[in-house]
Order: sequence, then structure tokens, then C-alpha cells
Amino acid sequence: MRIVETMSHDAAQATPHLSEMKLAEDTFLTDDFLRQLVNVGEVDILVGLPTHNNAKTIGSVVKSIQSGILRWFPRERAVIINADGGSRDGTPELVTGISIDDVRPATNLNALRTLHSISTRYGNSPTSSAAMRTILAAAELLQAKACVMMSPESSGIEDEWLSRLLRPVRNEGFDLVTPIYRRHKFEGVLLTNLLYPMTRALYGVRIREPYTHDVGFSGRLAGEFLLQNSWEDEAAASGSELRFTLAGLTGHHRICQVFLGEKEHIERHASDLVPALRQTVAPLFSALEPDFPAWSAVTGSQPVPTTGPDHEVSLDPLRVNRKRLREIFSTGVAELASVFQAILSPSTLTELRGIARMDEEEFRFPAELWVRTVYEFAASYHKSVISRDHIIQSLAPLFRGRALAFLIENRTGSAEDVENNIEAICLEFERLKPYLLEMWKSRE
Amino acid sequence: MREMIISELSQAVQDLARGFAHYLPRFIVMLILGLAGWAAAFVVKVILRSILRLVQFDRLSENAGASQLLKKAALPPASEVVSRFVFWLVWLGFILLGVSVLGIFGLQEQIGKFFFFLPRLFVAMFILFVGLLAASFFSRAALLAAVNANIPSPRVLSQSIRTIIIVFVLSIVFEELGIAEQTMLVAFGIAFGALMLGLAIAFGFGGKDLAQQFLEKKFLRAQKEENEDELSPL
Repeated sequence: MRIVETMSHDAAQATPHLSEMKLAEDTFLTDDFLRQLVNVGEVDILVGLPTHNNAKTIGSVVKSIQSGILRWFPRERAVIINADGGSRDGTPELVTGISIDDVRPATNLNALRTLHSISTRYGNSPTSSAAMRTILAAAELLQAKACVMMSPESSGIEDEWLSRLLRPVRNEGFDLVTPIYRRHKFEGVLLTNLLYPMTRALYGVRIREPYTHDVGFSGRLAGEFLLQNSWEDEAAASGSELRFTLAGLTGHHRICQVFLGEKEHIERHASDLVPALRQTVAPLFSALEPDFPAWSAVTGSQPVPTTGPDHEVSLDPLRVNRKRLREIFSTGVAELASVFQAILSPSTLTELRGIARMDEEEFRFPAELWVRTVYEFAASYHKSVISRDHIIQSLAPLFRGRALAFLIENRTGSAEDVENNIEAICLEFERLKPYLLEMWKSRE
Repeated sequence: MREMIISELSQAVQDLARGFAHYLPRFIVMLILGLAGWAAAFVVKVILRSILRLVQFDRLSENAGASQLLKKAALPPASEVVSRFVFWLVWLGFILLGVSVLGIFGLQEQIGKFFFFLPRLFVAMFILFVGLLAASFFSRAALLAAVNANIPSPRVLSQSIRTIIIVFVLSIVFEELGIAEQTMLVAFGIAFGALMLGLAIAFGFGGKDLAQQFLEKKFLRAQKEENEDELSPL
């Protein structure tokens, strides 16, 4: 605590920053971490690396980051901040142990400044919001001009990613830089069928990856979000990655997208869906309440400046268990009738029951019905008709139904067909937005 | 003889008149208390109904599963039932207070017992309501988890959890009310034990096919599905 006060006094005696004052009041950063930050001083570039047991991939990620700094920002004062959630596989030691000398021969470049690597443990279990808060607080204290957060899982990242995410902030004055990846056509189905279209329809900005772990941002946005987000409320703080994007949208910040390249396929299990919904859909639904004045006035959507292609799809064959998707969807519709009666309108529920009875060959989940379902879920979430977490959990079987339909519709489709299909879903979300407003108001 | 009869009769009439004169004011007090009680109970009912509607008690009771029970019994919504119940309780309290004014021997002790019983009744009602809410919440949580994990017969699992919680809550409620405490304790023990034994037998013998299917599905299919990708949501 004393260290923060001293630093605020020395560094910004005339105009102490608001969030610094808040940090000084109730700092959650450890003394040791603060001491290391004080030793670093001010920086131009900050790279945030949230980790938890990522020993397998973290080595190549850190090397790519160091290589990126050497290659693209040799004159800048840079720091890598690792916020670790209690790894037991030596991840933090790997982050701080990799020397820039290991990377230098490959790049044949020399940095003009010292590259600092600091690791701190924010807790004994991984919490994305706590990791993000630590990184943002460090950015704020070090007065970082441009920051980037990188996923520790993407072993396939290239050093150019760093440049692509940081340059728009450093050189062009953007506050938020979101990525675009080359994905398999059936990867990121929740993004393509809900998060992207719904964010686009509600906030009027076409951001392809509103929920991302690789993101560039300005120190200004970091400071604002640090103050604005309810970090202490665990439920409200979850899904802070998506909230961060939404803060950029509602705060009228300059936003752009950059194409990064291939998004590495991370193996998922069926049990990952509900946590994924909790991290993404729940914060999106809950953000609709405070953001109501912002989204209720928006009609249509606008593209954002994009460097590189705004979509790229790979079509390699992929084995997916369609039977299981179908089974969970049908069981869900039948068994969760009492839950859906509280959430959905009778007409939507009747239609869902109808498609749950269809054979796999003729199975269809029309975009219009999907959008109505999602909007009714959002309105019910707002009204808390039942436990909010139960509302999110009950969306999972319906999402599987929609994912199956998306799979069937695009099974033989080309990249362009898939993109057209996604665009049709987006337009449906935009077209039915008045329905959400009507539901929202009628349930007041 | 004739004079004696007249004297006894006049004495009886006088006693009756004296008794009547003695009880009349008390009777009037009882009537006044009854009327005032009705008015007070009506006001309490109106206020309570408004408060319950304000806090959306009907929705809470729907979540607790109490509304479905009321509908089945052709009763009005939960907020109406509670406010009517409190109305009768308040009015009955006033009536009993009025009756106690009459000073009838033996009745006062019973009235005292009634007033002593009231706090326990309210606590029991509260436990019942919270218990129903908990039963509804946990059974729904189990249902959702079972559906999302693709476990067979999710509704059976959910209903079992609901039943166990309700049986447990009812035993606490009866204990609080002091109604056949020992009997309820023994009945609960028997019911709970029987339920557990029943489940064990059902899984062991009656449901062996289901258990076999479940285990096959759980382990054999899991192996088979290792070679198949799950759609990545993010």
C-alpha cells in the first residue's frame, strides 16, 4: 500500500489518476508485485499473459512475444506481465525464465531497452476476471501507452500477431483492437450463431470476435474499464473479456479489427459448453441492463475498420457426433418443459417441440426461431424469472440443436456459403431486435 | 305450596336476569372485539396482499412449486391464500380474545395455548415455504445438470432429489408444530430408509438393465467418442 502511495506521489504528483487513487485505497496487488512494478517504471508497451497450468504451450508463446518485441518494437520500453492462477506445473517460472537472449539469435536483432518479465500469482484457482484485473491494474500503474493480452494456449501464435494488435493502438490512436482468425467452418459456433450476431444487432458494430483472449487496447481503455467493472461481485466479474469489448463499444472508443491467422484448434469436450455459456452469454445478457440506453436506440449495424480479410474459413473434414447433439437437444426440450415454460413464450416452445420430434434427415432449426429463442432468454434473464444461472444452463441443449442445424445446413457448403449463412443469422438478429425491445418492456 | 313455587320461580328469573345483566356487557365487549377484529383482519389482509404482490410472491411460490399444488386443489394464487389465511388467523385471535372476556372456566387455558402456538405455526410455515423453494431449486439444478451431461432419465433423478428434500422438510415442520413428534421421527426414518433401500434395490436389481446401459453409455461410448470432435463453441 505504501509503495503505491509513494509511486503516485512521485510519478503523478500534480494530477493523480482516478484509478490510481482507487488502487491505492483498496489495492489487491501483492507488495512483491508492486515492488517489481515500481522497479520497472513507466512503459510504452505492456503484454499481459494470464496463465494456469500452461507449461506445454507457454514457452513458445513467450518466445513469440519476445521475438515480436525485438522485431517490431526494439526501441520501446516493454514489459511482460504474467498473472497466474495458481499453476502447479511451473508455468510462472517458465515465463520469467525465458531470456530474450534465447530469442535474439533467431531474430538477429538487438533490443535497445531491457525487456522485463514479471510474474504474479493472483490466487490459487484460475479466474479470468482476476487475471484481467491484475494486468489492467499493472497497465494503469506503469502508465502503459499500448497493451496487448495474449492467450497462453495458442502455441501457434506468430511474432507478427503482437505487431498487428499493438500498432493500431500505438500509431493510429485506436483504443481496442480485436482479432479475426482463420477458423474451421464449424469452429466457434457459439460466436457465429449468437455472440457475434447479437452483439452486432444490439450495439450496431460488427465485431467478429467480441469474446477473445488476444486483444490490443490503450492504457486509457484499461483505466476506464478498471474503474467501471464490478470486480468484487464474482458473478458480475465473470466473462470480463466480453465486458471489456462491450466497454469499448459503449464508451465510444475507436475500435478496429485485425486479421491474425490460423486459430489453433483447442480440443473441447461436451462438458465445456455450459462454462462457455457462463463466460460469454451470461455477461452479454447481464450487460444489457446497464447498457439499455445505448443499445435500445441503435438500429442496423456498421462495419469497423479492418486490416486484412474480415473472415476466412477452412473446410477440412471434421468428425462431429451429430447423434449426440440431436439426442441432447430432444431430451432437453422434452425434459426441461417446466423450465422452458417459465422462460419461453408458448408459441416458441410449441415450435421447439415440433422440431425436437423431427428426424435427423429433415432436422431444421430456422434462424428466425433461434433468434426469437435467444431474445426470449435474454428478456427472461433480465426479469430473473428463475435463477439466472439456470436460465443460462437451460440454453445449452437448445444451442446444441441450433449447432446441429448449422452443421447440417453447411455440411457441403463452401466458405462463401458459410459466410452467407452467418450474415443471414446476423440480419435476422437485427430484424427481430424490436421483438426483444417489446419483450423487454412487456416484462418490466 | 303455590307461594313457594312462585317464590322459586321469581328467584330463578331474578338469578337469570342477574346472570344476564352480569354477562351482557361482556357479551357486548365480545361482539365489539369480534367486529373490531374483523376490521383489523381485513386491513391486515389488504396490506399483506399488496406487499405480497409487490414482492412478487406468486412467482416465488411458482418457483417453489407451491402454485402447481394450489392449482391442482382449485385454490386461488399463493398471495391470496396467504392473505386469507392471515385474515382468518387475526380474526380468530380477536374472537378468542372476546370469548376469554366472558370468563368461561377452562376456555381461557385453551385460548392461551392457541396464542402460544401461533409463533410456532408461523415458523413452521416459513420452513415449509423455504423448504419448497430449496426443493424446487435443487431438483431443477439436478435436472439441468443431468440433461446437459446426457444422463438417462434426468427427470427421475430430479424428482428423487425433490422428494427427499420435501420429506426432510415435512419432518422438520411437524417437529416444529409438535404434532406427533415421535411418530413423525420414526415415520421419517422409515420413509427415508425405505427410499434409500428402494433406490439401492432399484439400481442393483430392478434397474440392472438401466444401470448396465448407463455404464455402457458412460464408459464404452466415451471411448468411442474420443475419436470424434465436439463442436467448439468458442
